[in-house]
Amino acid sequence: MDVYLPIANLSVNGLVIVLLGGLTGLLSGMFGVGGGFLTTPLLIFYGVPPTVAAASAATQVTGASVSGAIYQHKRGGIDFQIGGVMVAGGIIGTGIGALLFRLLTALGQIDVAISVLYVVILGSIGVIMAREAIPELFGGRLAKLGKTPSKRRHHPIVANLPLRWRFYRSGLYISPLAPLFLGMAVGILTMLMGIGGGFLLVPAMLYVLGMSANVVVGTSLFQILFTTIATTMMHALTTNAVDVVLAALLLIGSVSGAQIGARFASDVRPELLRFILAMLVLMIAIRMAVGLTYRPEEIFTVVPL
Amino acid sequence: MKALRLLARVTVLGAILACTTAARDPILVPEVSQHEVVVRTGFTGADLLLYGAVLQPDGTRAGQGSAYDIIVVLKGPSQPITLREKKRRLGMWINADSTSFRSAPSFYALASSRPLDDITDGKTRAIYELGLDWLQLSPIGSIDPTEQDHFARGLVDKRVAAGLYRQDESGVTISQDVLYQARIPLPSSVITGRYRAETFALKEGRVVASATSEVMVEKRGFERAVEVWSREDSFLYGIVAIMLSVGMGWIAGRLFSSG
Repeated sequence: MDVYLPIANLSVNGLVIVLLGGLTGLLSGMFGVGGGFLTTPLLIFYGVPPTVAAASAATQVTGASVSGAIYQHKRGGIDFQIGGVMVAGGIIGTGIGALLFRLLTALGQIDVAISVLYVVILGSIGVIMAREAIPELFGGRLAKLGKTPSKRRHHPIVANLPLRWRFYRSGLYISPLAPLFLGMAVGILTMLMGIGGGFLLVPAMLYVLGMSANVVVGTSLFQILFTTIATTMMHALTTNAVDVVLAALLLIGSVSGAQIGARFASDVRPELLRFILAMLVLMIAIRMAVGLTYRPEEIFTVVPL
Repeated sequence: MKALRLLARVTVLGAILACTTAARDPILVPEVSQHEVVVRTGFTGADLLLYGAVLQPDGTRAGQGSAYDIIVVLKGPSQPITLREKKRRLGMWINADSTSFRSAPSFYALASSRPLDDITDGKTRAIYELGLDWLQLSPIGSIDPTEQDHFARGLVDKRVAAGLYRQDESGVTISQDVLYQARIPLPSSVITGRYRAETFALKEGRVVASATSEVMVEKRGFERAVEVWSREDSFLYGIVAIMLSVGMGWIAGRLFSSG
């Protein structure tokens, strides 16, 4: 099934794109991540121009998060208060991201910057997640005996920020600046990398903010939903790179995938889920690192003047 | 009197011109299978057939020994571009050097009846832009010639790999020394715009006749609407894209939870 993408200016196999969206949706429902970190590199690999890939992936992540967020909302899994603060940060972040995007494009280093970001961020998050997940998965009791549970709920930096609000659903009494900065960082990354940032948000909310686990997935989906909406708009206005046909194809797959993923998640041990996600994130990071250090197939890149 | 003399002169001149051209130039009748390529939903590229007839000036067909060589070229709209080259720095491949060209053809396909080196010399090829080695890219700013060659080769290699540039030195088939044809594939990634199809007839290394025609590559209907709309009313376009994604996500949520 060949479909011509009017903004990307090439024809693709529609079925492949729908399946790609389905895979992303599955991740979205299962882990509360947007899955953009998988979509964007795969689309680029398929031949879609990087900017179009990032912009349209962001649009698709919106759709994938809606069904996930509705599902989580029904479970009571969203803390709207802390989510709102993070969304505000996220919108500021997309603005900063757009400026950085323009700056790096002018310097000719946007693709290198994106690759380095992927390696550094996915690599470190992947390692942290794997270190948490492996003992949990393979020696649950052993780990419990050997390790004394850590006393602190959230990171000392978070505890030292001025101004404190009470976030009831998350069970937190912390400064709103912490989620605001977190949202901002994710917003910048969403704009640059076409990722929702869920793989970054979920561990950060758990280990840095110390939110209670039952609202983490829902709230991260809520934040992703609105940050990707802002990103789509920012791309539509600045880069003109949102391809609705590409986004629609990805969406068909991902909205269905998200539903299946959400159900699947409640049947599988959470440790196993975290382990799989960690491995997936590490794989992408390694692939990107290899791409940076090996001689690339294409030494030359063409940019319209 | 004056007018009469002028008239006489013009007639003589015209007669001489007619004689010389009639004596030298072969008759070249080129045609393109389609003058319009429409880019729509199912567009996966197109095959263009550039064909025609070449006859000797007196209308007879060229004999075995005096057959013409035919070269056809299809050129897409030229674009100003910046070309960047990756180099290994600190163990990573990053963009290091760059150069800009004012007029890089977005598409260039050449087909000839024989290898170009056998048909004509470098000078003629440079004049008529015959062959990927002779593209006139017009570099912006002054860079040294070896560096410029290096970048030009990089651009050609990249676009050849993408199917946007090609050179097929046996792509023109001539039947019975009169009819020629060449098939040129357009990949789906071609840009829209006015394409020029040029046909050259050569004899003994010299271009003796040439003709050009045009091919329009256009987006139509939905595809065109989307492209224009995304540029001209990007805010509304963004809103619609967001509504599409939110709507689809919401509908899916409803469908799955009720079913």
